[in-house]
Amino acid sequence: MLMRNFFALLMGVYVSCASAELQIEINQGVENPTPVAIVPFAWQGVGSAPEDVAQIIDSDLARSGQFSPVSRRDMLSFPSRESELYFRDWRAISAEYVLIGRVSVGSQARIDFQLFDVTRQTAVEAGTVTGPVSELRMLAHRVSDQVYETLSGIPGAFATRLLYVSVTRNPEGKDFYRLTLADSDGRRPIVLLEGRDPILSPTWSPDGREIAYVSFETSRPAIYRQNLLTGQREQLTNFKGLNNSPAWSPDGNSMALVLSKDGNPDIYILNLSSRSLTRLTRHFAIDTEPTWMPDGKSLLFTSDRGGRPQIYRYDLRTNKIDRVTFEGPYNARARVAQDGRNVALVHQRDGRYHIAVFDLVTDRLTVLTETSLDESPSIAPNGSIVLYATKRGEESILGAVAVDGGVRFSLPSREGSVQEPAWSPYVTP
Amino acid sequence: MRYIRRFWGYTHWGKVRTMKNVTLYTKWLGIVFAALVLAACSSNDTKEQEAAAAAAEQAAQEAAAQEAAQQQAQAEAAASQREAEAAAAAVGTIFYFDFDSSALTDEARSQVDAHIAALLGNNDSVRLEGHTDERGTREYNLALGERRANAVRDYMVANGVPSYRIETVSYGEENPVAYGSGESNWQQNRRVELK
Repeated sequence: MLMRNFFALLMGVYVSCASAELQIEINQGVENPTPVAIVPFAWQGVGSAPEDVAQIIDSDLARSGQFSPVSRRDMLSFPSRESELYFRDWRAISAEYVLIGRVSVGSQARIDFQLFDVTRQTAVEAGTVTGPVSELRMLAHRVSDQVYETLSGIPGAFATRLLYVSVTRNPEGKDFYRLTLADSDGRRPIVLLEGRDPILSPTWSPDGREIAYVSFETSRPAIYRQNLLTGQREQLTNFKGLNNSPAWSPDGNSMALVLSKDGNPDIYILNLSSRSLTRLTRHFAIDTEPTWMPDGKSLLFTSDRGGRPQIYRYDLRTNKIDRVTFEGPYNARARVAQDGRNVALVHQRDGRYHIAVFDLVTDRLTVLTETSLDESPSIAPNGSIVLYATKRGEESILGAVAVDGGVRFSLPSREGSVQEPAWSPYVTP
Repeated sequence: MRYIRRFWGYTHWGKVRTMKNVTLYTKWLGIVFAALVLAACSSNDTKEQEAAAAAAEQAAQEAAAQEAAQQQAQAEAAASQREAEAAAAAVGTIFYFDFDSSALTDEARSQVDAHIAALLGNNDSVRLEGHTDERGTREYNLALGERRANAVRDYMVANGVPSYRIETVSYGEENPVAYGSGESNWQQNRRVELK
């Protein structure tokens, strides 16, 4: 199964797995989102276009909650070149911006696009993206990224991918686990590993080419790393007790992880080239869930050394540990945004587990979610959105919330549960 | 009987039994050899010969009685082991825990006691799988599940089960017994399973 999927990946033919596919439901956007018209892109090739590129961009911008794409039914014309564009057609339907473009496919796929400001009647951006024909959807997401950055000032994170664990419940026996990789819009899911043994803690290498995770396939937990291009897989740890929470260092050279081989769960660092293991924490309490600060000079982790789980920071230069969170009885599983300031974590309040953002500069904690069994936060590489897992009925679904709380959407699986999302870093195309 | 079983258990029952048999065998050999030596003795003193023969007979009787007692003890031990294993099976293999706790409840303790009694009389290896309910983070719950499995293991070891016969593994909140939320489901998931 594994090899077949990797061949499929290499051949550029994706194995679609309907049961693991995510749907998107937008729950809340910003007040007065900007109306943008994304005109159907002209197809310059034989037959019909393999993908509706404009529709992909439309969905991306709608999902951000900051834009309200104009419906195609309301458009008075479908220009694909500047010479065919009449601003009055767009003023008439109150579009503030218009995006037009053309798609062609030869040895490579190519998308040309132009973005216009209707009020100022001027082009604000023009660009071209090219790449493998099989990656046409990803090219469309790259156009979304550029448009989003032009309009919001923040880089987009649409041309990225999600890693998550889909679970099919089996009340009669063992549940079925699938480690799944999909585009950031939940499309094109590929199953990387599947079986009846739990799969946990999927995470990305900083270059986005490799992943690491915990699998119980040997009937005990072990950490594995897997190359997404070659499919090459390697078992990294096989110690007695816990082997969990792998976290790649920002330079990609080492991995923080949790082992209980010496009696209690403690944080270790595994040097990936020399394979030497350095023990960081040494405490009878639970130390777990390490995550690196973007500068690689310190790590955050969860510890109940103070009685209840809280976030602590380990400084690799001084080997000193400080407590970071104090608010509430439970703060765990921190993930730091690329700015090194916002920390997404699980925060308990009144017995309910929410996703919160803790600002390392002001020490202010802001609860972002209202549901009660939220876990596994993962921050988009542009720092704008936190993806997490929550519960709806008996199934686990993914939720997403803007770091400023303004936008929310959910990504339930078409079938079964979905948990432990891990948003990829920016991947060099 | 319970006490004796326990006592042997502490000193590793299997080995004790083997050692006793060897000792008994050696004793028998010694008696037969002594009798032969005495019979072959060229002494004319019949009184001495008679006394020696009587002594040998008495020793043989004592040894036979001892062997009979030994066999009876073994039979009793086997019967009580069957009893202990039936008792262990009757209490089940799932031990439940209170929320956020890895302390054995009174009920769990008496269940584990029944399994300890059975384990002290056999050489079985066991696997203790720790689980938590769904609240809180998955990785932290893996650590909590391990604490629960370790609590059962430590109690077993303290009561004489050798640690090399016990494997522990934590699944955290994976593989729940009950899928829904709420205490009625959660309490079924906070458990250690003996396998």
